[in-house]
Amino acid sequence: MTDVKMTVNGQPVLGQVEGRTLLVDFLRTDLKLTGTHVGCDTSQCGACLVHVNGAAVKACTMFAFEADGAEVTTIEGMAEPDGSLSRIQQAFQDHHGLQCGFCTPGMVMSAAALLKETPKPTEAEVRAYLEGNICRCTGYHNIIKAIMAASGQDVSAAVA
Amino acid sequence: MYAFEIERPTTIAEAVAALAADEAQALGGGQTLIPTLKQRLAAPETLVSLTAIPEMQGLCMSDEGALCVGAATTHARVAAEAKAFPALAALAGHIGDPAVRNRGTLGGSLANNDPSACYPAAVLGTGATIKTNAREIAADDYFQGMFATALEEGEIITEVRFPVPTTASYQKFLQPASRFALVGVFVAQYPTGVRVAVTGASEEGVFRWAEAEAALSADFGVEALAGLAVSPDGMIADLHGTSEYRAHLIGVLTKRAVAAAI
Repeated sequence: MTDVKMTVNGQPVLGQVEGRTLLVDFLRTDLKLTGTHVGCDTSQCGACLVHVNGAAVKACTMFAFEADGAEVTTIEGMAEPDGSLSRIQQAFQDHHGLQCGFCTPGMVMSAAALLKETPKPTEAEVRAYLEGNICRCTGYHNIIKAIMAASGQDVSAAVA
Repeated sequence: MYAFEIERPTTIAEAVAALAADEAQALGGGQTLIPTLKQRLAAPETLVSLTAIPEMQGLCMSDEGALCVGAATTHARVAAEAKAFPALAALAGHIGDPAVRNRGTLGGSLANNDPSACYPAAVLGTGATIKTNAREIAADDYFQGMFATALEEGEIITEVRFPVPTTASYQKFLQPASRFALVGVFVAQYPTGVRVAVTGASEEGVFRWAEAEAALSADFGVEALAGLAVSPDGMIADLHGTSEYRAHLIGVLTKRAVAAAI
């Protein structure tokens, strides 16, 4: 077992991990942050997407030890300090950007990474950025719409 | 996964020392190796992470005008920063998906030498130099077949030097499930001639298409490729495409690459 130290959602955390402990398992099992989901466990679906030092990564394809010293943000860290939903989360609710909700943590984290890089993305840019996030319910249209709306763009005319 | 120890050295010398241990294996961004470990297709005793070594990170220009990329530089960083070599930036920016590009590294891709990976096409297509902790390896000597390279046990790629071409283009026919290239062609024009490297097609991994290089070196235009074809013998055949289909795609993508580069 190896000691790891990182900052998760602004809070310093300490833990002990095996070499093979995945970041997603450390978050879910050790830190009880179960908002980060394991969908496929094969790097395909993006349900486990978190930010490590500001970059979107699949937490199922990174070892916890590799995040030693890093700043990690999970879906639990996305709400506003007063507990209200963030702009992106609110847009997912407003535009019905989820059905079963399983992929949603990854979608929101992906959307946040995209909007940091590209504050006003085109629809094509949103779709391209989400190529590593799989949703089996929505058909993506409302997810795209929610992200476009969260970026401050008018989606009233968008076809759902 | 089987249990293993993991180390994160911060210098190349420490990494080399750690890799001298029995059953030690280098870990780049892990975007291929971690799924491989999950399937228990590899059982190292120690993984030596190469992503915390500052001297293996980042891009610079050499005195000879080559673009030097540290082997632990992520695809995302190459996509954002390789402004001196736009075709390379574009290639890096279309590997996998954004999260994969934030972890995957140039050195990891080359050490693995997946027959459908994108980077080998750029390295062979530019005649790049692969620098390791021990020596420099020419691209033409480095790739030795599917998942096979000139690297010795415990040898680490530290940097790749890409001679910047006059013009270049990489055309990837996406295999949309894996996001690897079903076939990919890198065409690069230099004052000394044209190089054409093909990935995703051959059972021997990335290779140069000599006939196309000769034709394009004489006359750099799409018409120069008229009548040239690659034999389907030795091309990969799987449920995504027959060997004939892949051989056909090489011709199509080479023409597209030339058209895009002009």
